[in-house]
Amino acid sequence: MIEIEHLGKRFPGSDAPAVDDLTISIGDGEICVLIGPSGCGKTTTMRMINRMIEPDVGTICIAGRDVTRIDPVKLRRSVGYVIQQVGLFPHMTIAENIATVPHLLGWDASRIARRADELLARVDMDPARYRDRYPRELSGGQKQRVGVARALAADPPVMLMDEPFGALDPITRASLQDEFLRLLYELRKTIVFVTHDIDEALKMGTRIAIMRAGRLVQFDRPEAILAHPADSFVEAFVGGDRALKRLALMPAVDHATGALGVAPGAPRLPVTASLRDALSTLLATDRDAALIDTDRGEATITLGAIREALNGARH
Amino acid sequence: MLIEAWRYLLAHPAQFAVALGVHVTLSAAALAIGAAIAIPVGLYAARRPGVAFAAVNAANVGRTLPSLAVLALVMPLLGTGFAPSLFALSLLALPPILLNTVAGIRGIDPDIIDAARGMGMTPRGVLGKIEWPLALPVIFAGLRTAAIQVVSGAVLAAFIGGGGLGDFITAGIAMMAIPQLLVGAIPVTLLALGADFGFGVLQQRLTPRGMR
Repeated sequence: MIEIEHLGKRFPGSDAPAVDDLTISIGDGEICVLIGPSGCGKTTTMRMINRMIEPDVGTICIAGRDVTRIDPVKLRRSVGYVIQQVGLFPHMTIAENIATVPHLLGWDASRIARRADELLARVDMDPARYRDRYPRELSGGQKQRVGVARALAADPPVMLMDEPFGALDPITRASLQDEFLRLLYELRKTIVFVTHDIDEALKMGTRIAIMRAGRLVQFDRPEAILAHPADSFVEAFVGGDRALKRLALMPAVDHATGALGVAPGAPRLPVTASLRDALSTLLATDRDAALIDTDRGEATITLGAIREALNGARH
Repeated sequence: MLIEAWRYLLAHPAQFAVALGVHVTLSAAALAIGAAIAIPVGLYAARRPGVAFAAVNAANVGRTLPSLAVLALVMPLLGTGFAPSLFALSLLALPPILLNTVAGIRGIDPDIIDAARGMGMTPRGVLGKIEWPLALPVIFAGLRTAAIQVVSGAVLAAFIGGGGLGDFITAGIAMMAIPQLLVGAIPVTLLALGADFGFGVLQQRLTPRGMR
């Protein structure tokens, strides 16, 4: 649990505060995305959590402990830290990079070696093949895998991630997002995730904090932000296609009915399809209904059901 | 001419050995003193923009001073002999080592330092485990430049009675004795080339494996 209360920071020589009276409470196992235009204070907020930047006013508590009362070096060893450019140490092997925090914590060599291998396997990299390589030999996506493994090394309950996928190509980014989303939920980490990409925020966040000029504009679940933007700024920020973005967050199978009375030759969708996928398929095939293959047989999704889902007639 | 130089050398072996010994000692000591001052100052200055600005400018001014002028300026203060020569040559060694130490540290990708700090390395840990190994090849490049300058500059020590191979050169010039001059000039050239090569190899060795 991370509780941020009345947090404020003004950098010397700047008229406006970078962060202004920010209050957010982040639950255990939650992925809280901080998002907003450049200079909105999202990165500053994140960096105050591990005291890379010292707050002027307000408090930040992790599991009930005020971070300003913890020695910053100790604090940082207990909080995972992942940055966009990864910052792998070029003169150390992949295993040595991953071992950074365990090494600082004084683990013994065999435990460190086991942990490095375990984490490499976790991020889907063959330990035997990669442990003795150097960062220079890795692709951008592999570097970020190692960056995440390094942050997970000492199993910190809280992780800070500053645009971790920002420097990757779209295909690598999408696959790493999926993979890490699964991994982070599995490990039940509490995560503060900074991005400027609204699609990434909607995909990764359990809740999204939209910031503007140092202030919190809206803090809510992705569906709620899309359905009820707090003001015109949020509305513009999430984009003109927010209805489609909402549909993308809804599994089609949740809005399906029994497979009755569907005309033969109806298009078929996988069980993982979203309402957006369903809509796209229906429009493309010029049909009113499609079939979804579930483990309990077929279900039907109709244009009417999609419309109802969007307008809140159901659920 | 070379044969005559060789004959001169064979005729004065003790004198040559002493001169060579003084030259090498003088150069090595000056380099060691220069490094012992310039590296810590450089490490301190690199992360403090104001100090770094002052240090880099001072070093650049130092670099433009002709070696002979430095020797000449030292003479009225410290007199003649080995000690003032050593002092002047140490000054000569400072700028390249200082500039490269600052450049080596400042050239490190800031994201690497940010990641190191963010994971809970102490400032001392960041310096010892990250900054020092990453800057070492650049620092050694500075030592290499300094070594060449000091070895050649040490010739001028002869002007203020510091001894070394410069004695043969100054005497050779004064007496228009080319063979004698070469007995000083050729070994100095070889020493400078040797220092360049030796530090080059060291620099290569000290470059971390992941960065070669």
